[in-house]
Amino acid sequence: MAETPIRVMVVDDETPARRRLRELLDDCSASLPIAVVGEAANGREALDLMQSAPPDLVLTDINMPDMDGIELARHLLKLPRPPVVVFTTAYQEHALEAFEVHAVDYLVKPVRVQRLLSALQKVPKLRPTQAERISQLPANARRFLSVTERSRVVLVPIDDVIYLKAELKYITIRTHDREFLLEESLTRLETEFGHRFVRVHRNCLVARDAIRGFERRVNDDGDSHWEVLLNGITETLPVSRRQQGIVRDLSRESVG
Amino acid sequence: MLAWATRMASIIRHSPRAHVPVLPDLRNLGTILRILLAVNGASAVVALVVSGTLDRFADSWVRITGYVEPHLIAELFVLYTLSPVLARQPYRIGVALIYAIGVAIGVAVHLGLRQMFPGAQDSMLKHLLLSIITTAVLIGYFRLRMRALSPAIAEARLQALQARIRPHFLFNSLNGVLSLVRRDPERAEEALHDMADLFRVLMRDNRELAPLADEVELCRAYLELEKLRLGDRLVVEWNVKSMPADALVPPLVLQPICENAVYHGIEPSSQPGTVSVNIFLSKGEVHAVLRNPYRASGGSHHSGNKMALDNVRERLALHFDAEASLESRVLEHAYEVHIRMPYRTENRGAVAAVATRPATPHAHQPAPAQPRSRRIDPKLRTRTAHG
Repeated sequence: MAETPIRVMVVDDETPARRRLRELLDDCSASLPIAVVGEAANGREALDLMQSAPPDLVLTDINMPDMDGIELARHLLKLPRPPVVVFTTAYQEHALEAFEVHAVDYLVKPVRVQRLLSALQKVPKLRPTQAERISQLPANARRFLSVTERSRVVLVPIDDVIYLKAELKYITIRTHDREFLLEESLTRLETEFGHRFVRVHRNCLVARDAIRGFERRVNDDGDSHWEVLLNGITETLPVSRRQQGIVRDLSRESVG
Repeated sequence: MLAWATRMASIIRHSPRAHVPVLPDLRNLGTILRILLAVNGASAVVALVVSGTLDRFADSWVRITGYVEPHLIAELFVLYTLSPVLARQPYRIGVALIYAIGVAIGVAVHLGLRQMFPGAQDSMLKHLLLSIITTAVLIGYFRLRMRALSPAIAEARLQALQARIRPHFLFNSLNGVLSLVRRDPERAEEALHDMADLFRVLMRDNRELAPLADEVELCRAYLELEKLRLGDRLVVEWNVKSMPADALVPPLVLQPICENAVYHGIEPSSQPGTVSVNIFLSKGEVHAVLRNPYRASGGSHHSGNKMALDNVRERLALHFDAEASLESRVLEHAYEVHIRMPYRTENRGAVAAVATRPATPHAHQPAPAQPRSRRIDPKLRTRTAHG
């Protein structure tokens, strides 16, 4: 009885690189059952493709447009059964040291067939790469936030986010059209995206670009505070007493 | 600075003794600017000293420059014209001729001024003495300067500045070629030939100027390799029909700019982008304008950009001093690098360039980019032209 084949997805923005990997996978299939379930030109395409063709192993390039390999690996962790990720890269000098330090598997292009084969042979025994290892890799700020909805990974482009608000266990992501629930820490998001968001309240980060202005509100007790007015949505957000300084700072920025 | 730089190659080629003094290149903008600055500075100092009080400074300066400027301009003009003749003489004879020219012009200017303004004049001897002293100081200065910036130091500097290609590119290209070996062995061969051409130039000694046509061929080979891995994402537009193919340029002056264009303009996006290369001759200068799509949110991708441009800029300065420049700017959706170089056709300074400059730009130039020593597959060339 034949073994179940290892389902492999190849992700690289260069067509020849993908073609080469497929050739090599073909060579390996003589000694090991392999099924290539798909090819994608960047991380985003790969995530789309995965909804219909889930792989056991993702061979992904690191430098790619739209979504790079490291960001892809981070989003993959949101899947109920994340695949094993092996990075392929041409040459990265220092970055590769980080891969070694955090025991993240990688192949150097051009890849030798023996090297690929031994990586493939390890797959059934491997558990998905640990979240904290991936998060230790030198990464650029993500271009997407990913949320799991009905065991699918949904990508929310960071450009579309109006605000991020921490509520109990979750963070609410507000875009123009709808809300998403995200399981992450607001502080970490602030560190990663500090350049494009501003903290208006202990529990709330607002996209700088989404701020239309500020309005003074007086409540029933006679206390007054500032509310952030937002582009595209009618909802407003309170500015906490501690963060009042930002009203002045941001108003000045928009004037200057 | 440029006198020694352009000359150092010839010093080394012609004589192993690096200490043989050479006259400065009298057609070089840098040399001329230095002379103008030194003489005017000196006359200002003299004016300050003789005037006694500051009020009379302007007066005495005007009086001094009235004599100095005509002499200076006339002498620079004569030296510029005779520069090739002087450069061919042994150093001593060259220096003697320069003194003689200085004295002759001094006498002529003095007599001319006396004719025009027959008033009280300083003695001719005093003027001549001053001009001889100035000439001596300047010749001494240029000689010291050439020795200080000795060829050995300049050589080392150029050596260190040799452009280096990104290792990333080497391995990605090798991977690209490997992907062709089974399916399209002929294209794999072409690609390996391109790589051989490229790395031959990258690894050889690149301290001497080389024809522009060779540099353009190199860029073609490089961009062809990039097209191999990037496919339709990379569109290349060539506009080099009117370029002066025989102009001598520092090797690897354009290739690093092309590499940057691909790295910063094409690789970060999955959409197709155009790299355009325009090279033309205008007013006796070679202009190369390279454009690529501008991606504002490049992130860490952009950090290497300045280094490559600085490297090219510095090598341009070593070879041409103030006569060459590299400017970069961001247009609406494109990033543009503009290189300006003097049109030279032999390694010995600007001599040929000025003498044989065409009357109108683009007038009668040699056929563009005919490879001189390099074998280029005709199919490849056609593809590049359409790419």
